[in-house]
This record gives sequence, C-alpha cells and structure tokens, in this order.
Amino acid sequence: MTKISSISAPGGSTLAKMAWRPDRWTIGALVTALLITGPIVAVFVIALAPSNGIWAHLSSTVLPHYIWTTILLMSGVGIGTLLIGTGTAWLVTMCRFPGRRFFEWALVLPLAVPAYVIAYVYTDILEFSGPIQDFLRGVFGWGNRQDYWFPEIRSLGGAVSMMTLVLYPYVYLLARAAFLEQSVCVLEVSRTLGKTPWQSFRQVAFPLARPAVIAGVSLVMMETLNDFGTVDYFAVATLTAGIYDVWLNMSSVSGAAQLATVMMTFVIVLIGMERLARRGRRFHHTGTKYSVLPDMQLSRPRAWLATLSCALPIVFGFLTPALVLADYSLDFYEETLAGDFLIYMRNSLALATISAGIAVMIGLFLAYAIRLRDTVVLRAAARVASIGYAVPGAVLAIGVMLPLTRLDHAINDTILSLTGFSTGLILSGTVFAMVLGYLVRFLALSFGTLEASLGKITANMDGASRTLGRGPASTLLRVHIPIMRSSVLTAAILVFVDVMKELPMTMLLRPFNFETLATYVHQYASDELLEESALGALSIVAAGIIPVIILSAAITRSRPGRR
Amino acid sequence: MPRFSAVLFLALFGILGLAPFGDTTAQASDDNTVNLYSYRQPFLIKPLLDEFTQQTGITVNMVYVKKGMLERLKAEGDNSPADMVLTSDIGSLNDMVEAGVLQPAKSEKIEMNVPAQYRHPEGLWYGLTVRARVIFASKERTIPGEVTRYGDLTKPELKGRICTRSGKHLYNISLIAALIAHDGEEAAKQWLTGVRDNLAQKPQGNDRAQARAIYEGVCDYAIANTYYMGKMAANEKKPEQRQWAKGLRIIFPNQEARGAHVNISGAAVIKSARHKQNAIRLIEYLSSDLAQRIYAKKNFEYPVKPGVPLHPLVASWGSFKADKIALTEVAKHRATASRIVDITAYDLGPQNGS
Repeated sequence: MTKISSISAPGGSTLAKMAWRPDRWTIGALVTALLITGPIVAVFVIALAPSNGIWAHLSSTVLPHYIWTTILLMSGVGIGTLLIGTGTAWLVTMCRFPGRRFFEWALVLPLAVPAYVIAYVYTDILEFSGPIQDFLRGVFGWGNRQDYWFPEIRSLGGAVSMMTLVLYPYVYLLARAAFLEQSVCVLEVSRTLGKTPWQSFRQVAFPLARPAVIAGVSLVMMETLNDFGTVDYFAVATLTAGIYDVWLNMSSVSGAAQLATVMMTFVIVLIGMERLARRGRRFHHTGTKYSVLPDMQLSRPRAWLATLSCALPIVFGFLTPALVLADYSLDFYEETLAGDFLIYMRNSLALATISAGIAVMIGLFLAYAIRLRDTVVLRAAARVASIGYAVPGAVLAIGVMLPLTRLDHAINDTILSLTGFSTGLILSGTVFAMVLGYLVRFLALSFGTLEASLGKITANMDGASRTLGRGPASTLLRVHIPIMRSSVLTAAILVFVDVMKELPMTMLLRPFNFETLATYVHQYASDELLEESALGALSIVAAGIIPVIILSAAITRSRPGRR
Repeated sequence: MPRFSAVLFLALFGILGLAPFGDTTAQASDDNTVNLYSYRQPFLIKPLLDEFTQQTGITVNMVYVKKGMLERLKAEGDNSPADMVLTSDIGSLNDMVEAGVLQPAKSEKIEMNVPAQYRHPEGLWYGLTVRARVIFASKERTIPGEVTRYGDLTKPELKGRICTRSGKHLYNISLIAALIAHDGEEAAKQWLTGVRDNLAQKPQGNDRAQARAIYEGVCDYAIANTYYMGKMAANEKKPEQRQWAKGLRIIFPNQEARGAHVNISGAAVIKSARHKQNAIRLIEYLSSDLAQRIYAKKNFEYPVKPGVPLHPLVASWGSFKADKIALTEVAKHRATASRIVDITAYDLGPQNGS
C-alpha cells in the first residue's frame, strides 16, 4: 500500500547535523556554490560604492511607481502562468480528450519564443494601423482613434499577457513532471475514499506537486522581474527599467547595483517565506507501484473544452507569432541567409547545449549534496547561487566580468614577472566567460527543478540502496536519476532554451566577431526593424523546438513503470 | 562516478572546441588588425569596415556591445584587447573621457575632416556623423510658423497634439541636457512640464512610431531625429512607412536663435590600444570623403565633414543651423536631465486633465 509519509528530513541528514564534518560532498558543493556565487557577490560589492544621492531622488519621485508596477506585473504573470501551466498539465496527464498526445509536447512550444519578440509581433498586429483594427474600422466604418475603444497593447496589461503566454511552459513542464512522477496509488486511494476527481486534484495531487509548481512559478516571477526588452518596448516602468535608467542615464553603476541587490533580497525573502509556509510538510510517495496512469475519459462537451483550453495557449503563444515571423521572413530571407547565418546558429546551439549539460550536472550535484548533508550553510549557499536568475542580465554580466578580469590580471602579472611574456586576458571576453555567465544566470532553472524532484523521492529509497551496499554517488546514479529522469530532462530543456534566447550577457561577455542568433536579432530589433530580424527570431524558435519535442517525448517515456 | 566525469570532460572539451569560433586568440598578436568595440549595429557599419579592409589590408575585429561597454573597458584596463570604440552618441564618449579609458589620437587628416565643434580639443574623441533632433509636423493639420522653436511646444493651443518617445531615451536626455546647458535647470523643468501636458499619449515607441502616430491622427507634432524621416521615406520593403513620411514636414527648431540640437556618432582610441596607428587609420578613413558619403547614404545622417554631398532626400529638407554649444558641455548635464524626467513624471504622460 501507499502512504504519504511526512518524514522531516531525508536519510543521512541527522548525522550531518550533529557536527560540522567536512567531507567530499560538503566541500564539493560549497566550492561549486562559491564559484557560481562569485559574480553575485561582485554585484553586492559594486553596490557598496556611493551613489550620489540617487536613493533620495528615486524614493521621492519614481521608486514607489516602479515598485507598484513591478508587483502588479509579477503577480499578474504569476497567477496567469499558475492557472494555465497547472491546468493544462493536469489535463494532459490525467484526462483523455481529442489531441491530447499532441498537446503533451506542443504546450511547451511557446517557451522557445523570446518575450520581446512576441511583444513586437502582437504590437504589429494589434496596434492602430495593424490588420485587426484595420479590419474593424473597415467593417464598422470607424475613422480615427476617437471613434472607438480598443485595448492598448503597450500597457501593463499587455506586458502581463505577453509574458504569461511565453512563460507558462515553465509551470507546465514542472507540474507535468511532478504529476507524472506521482504514484497512481495515491490517487486511487483518494478516489476509493470517495473523493471526486476535483477533490483528489486539490487535496492529493496538487499538494504532492506543490514544490514543483511553486518552483515553476518562482522561476516565472524571477524571469518577469529581470525582463527588460518587453517592459521597455511597452513603456512599463518596472524596477529593472529603473536599474538601467540609473546606470545608463545617471551614469551610476553603484546605484544600479544597489537597486539590483534590493531586488535580490526581495526574491530571497519571497522564496524563504514560501519554504516557511511549507515547513514540516514534506510529501513523498513510499510506494513503488507505478502503473500506467488511468486516463480519465471526459464526456463529449468537456473533452472539447479541454481541447480548447490546451489549444488556446499554443495558438496565441506560439502559432501566431511563428506565422507572423515566417511571413516577414519570406521578404527578407535572402539578405539574412547571405551572411554567416548558419555560423550564428551553430554558435547558439553549441552554447545552449554545453550550458544546459553543465547546469544540469551542477544543479543535480548541489541538490543531492543538500539531501545528503542538510546543513544551514549548504542550503544558504545553494540559495544564493541560484539567485542570479532574478538579476537583470546586463548587471549580472558585469558581476561575471569583474572577478574574471581580476583573475586574468593576476595571471598576466604572475606570468609576466616570471617569463616576461604577457598573456593578456585569457578568460574574460571568451566563450568560457559566456558559459560561466549562463551558469550563474540559469542555475536556478536546473537547481530548482531538480531539488523539487529529488524532494519527492522518499528517504527510504536512499536507505534501501545504502543498505544494499551502494555508496551515495552510486545511489544517485542508479536509483535517483532513473526515477527523476523526466525532471532532469525538463531542467535541460529550460536551460537550453533560455540560453538560446539570452541577450544582455551574451552581448557583453562575448569575444570579437562572435555572433549568436540572439545578438543577430537584436541589432535589428533594437531599431524596431522586425522584418529584418524575423528569420533570426524564427530560427531561435525553431532551434528551441527540436530539443523541446525530443525531450518532451522522452519525458513521457520516462515515467517510472512505463515500458 | 566514472560516467559523471566523462560527461564533464566532454563538456569542457566542447568549450575548448568552441573557442576558435570567436577569434579570441587572434586579437592582440597580429599587427595587421584593429580591434573595435562598437555601439553601432554591425549591419550599419559592416559595409564601411569591409571597404576599409579592402583598401588597407587591415582586418577589423568587432564586438557589438551596448550596456556595459564602459564597465568592460574599465575592468579590462591595461590588458584590454580593444583598440578603439564607435559610439552612437556624445554621452557615452563623455563617460569614457571621465573614466579615463581613452587616449589622445592626433592626426592632421582627421583634424582637417572633422570641424573643431565636433571633436574633443585634445583629440580624445572625434565625431563622425551629425544627427539633428527636430520636430515632425503633420502637413495637413498644422500651420507653418505655429511652431518654430522647441519652446513653442509648450504653447497651450498644442494641448493633446504632441507625441514623443520616452523622456528617458538618450536622444531626449541629450536634448533636455542641452536646454539645461543653455537656460538652466529650472527653465528645462518648466519646458518639460509644458510639453508633458501637451502630450497626446503616454510616451512610447521609438521615433519612427511617433511619425506613425501623426499619420494615424493621434497627434500633430513629434520630436524626432532627422534620419528616421529618411529611413521611412526611402523604405522599399515597407511601403506604408513611405505614407507616414509623406504627410510630414520637418521643422528645424530655433533657427532664428541658437540653432537645432544636434548629437554625434563618434569614434575614440582606447588608452591601452595595441594597434593605435591602425585605429587612427580607421578613424581617418571613416572621416574621409568616401566613407562619409557611404554613411550619409546608408543611414540618412549628416556627414561631419563639410562639403560632402548629402543624400538627395536629406538635401531636400533644406539646410539648417546647428546649435554651436560644446557637446561635452551638454553631456555633463545628462544625469540632471534624467532626474528632471523623473521629477516631472514625464513618462506617465499628460497630468492636468485633458
């Protein structure tokens, strides 16, 4: 039989809590976390410099507005993605309705569309001179803007919609992985005890998936917090917009870093609060019965409603922007392909693959080290190491650059004094710096996903494996990873796609003559030349889709117990 | 963990395999190169750089960087691989002067090409093109003579008839900074408040979007850079943009007085440049007749070198008098300008009921 146990901590941790005993796992995890944390600490260090009364100025003028707008934006996108992401994940995992197999992977597609690109596309469609309003004017005989009301896309509401459409897949992926990893027995028991499907979802399945769903929503909110492209285009003044203003217009890096540290602190507090609320309520399955999930056959009208609910996010979040971009590409593909476009694509793909691979390994290592040696120090280190996701990219890029150049100077000086030969900068301004940057920025994606997944595996598994003579590393490889394979793949997709889309760090940290698809798109998009950038943008989307589809299929296959 | 380390090894190997993609190592050693950090988009300047390479045999390595270029230069210090920068406004040049990352570059050729007004007195930077910040007006709905100065934009009869992009955009910051330099902070604040209350909508979009807003009847006047007019009027791929341009008249402001506000795109040599001579040659080339003509043609900007023929379209807008104030003087007031935009809440749009 299956029961939901509430063991307070997984095996091994009690031992570690007794005394500080440096061992392989603790030291390894601390060193890794420290390396990743370096750039974040650098941002704090920059913030220590005086900022010429910028706080007095900001707080008496725009700061309250920035904060309020940011809170509205984050809650809007948070709620939107929670509803769409969890809802669709539950439908495709548990119910049977037309198109479900297709939706299983297609629901991930909007993830590949950068938020600023979807913002450009919808502005083009929905603004006054766009086709929709043009059509309406033709039909109803309206003349100018005063004759009718139409929602303004360049607004807070517009920004919430755009970001929700492309960010809900984070929640969807994590929630779906969580639902798939659930043992069906819990649900069966719940139904046997007379709960309706809805009650089973609310009282059993959702609490079990809660860490994953929360992880997804917090990723979404962090991504929303650091977005600049969309809010800048829509003239929505958020904290991030304020950070760039202080930095570039008021020429105060320290002021910008101070705002960024406040933002990070805010995120740490938020995450801490959520953990506190969940405290002592860990949910595991102790059962091992993973039969094929019982597909709930929906009645006709309900089935179609389910189809529609899954189709809409794809139509608006992926299909529409992709078609519009494809249409524009037709006009400009010759110019685009004439250049080194294929090289840009190779660069993007290579960077994304490498970064995803390393991010997953580090995320897994940290999450597992914490499981083995659950100390306050380790937890805090991992928490800080994954805060980079909430920092605006360009600020974090400076954080990456500073320690690297310091190290470079030191190496150069040492070798110069020894051999009289100058090495120059060997780390900064290289692909290495870029990959490090991506790891610092996106570790939250892999760590968050994997920690949530690992937390659902009962400590009894560790116990059994260790009793049978396996060491901790072997247990991770032979027991845990197979169980959590879908989450490992999810983490890899998330990092991969995010690296493909990443812009500010890529631009600042790259070496000479090194273009990626994102930087190529940016040079046009920054001038609102959407058509010229269309093929590049479409390629980012396309390159993102292929791994998404492959991995999504793998996730479905990876359910324990499935042959 | 044999498998784990195998994967790690593969990943590291992958990074090393990528390294040559980016010409990282080519940077410093080769004498026949010049290494460029550019604020300007590659698609704009690539044709010029290719032409330069063909003429001189000097390879140009480039990175297009925006946010953080100054911080990168400062962090790289003496070991920076960069020889020179290209920027798209005076503000970033001025920041670099103040951060001490530039060095004087003396060249008779450049000094002959670039008028004293558009270069640093000690040769720390040189302007390459001039862009004027002007007023676009609807041909249909405005009377010539109603607006002839920036100051006229605060007239009460223009209520609800003006569009601009965000006050925080560097083009507007530079315009406001120029007002502060001339008339002081208080006057600039009053002007900005006046314009704010005449706005038809919350500031948004870029300069091109303001032209479209006039076309759509949202407003009658807009503040914009001249070259956007050229880019729209000559747009073959998007004919609708020609329509937007067709209905517009360009007003060069303050012609009776101090002249229209101008900004420059420019170039400068980095303090630690290993290829200083090549960098100077590139600036010489960029300020030469040939390159100035390509610039003028490609981006509809005004050549900085006197006597270089304008693009016919640009010439059709007529000649104008540019504000002669030292650009460094303007750049000094950028932070204050930005604060005024906050204080007046310009970006929130009109505020005294409409």
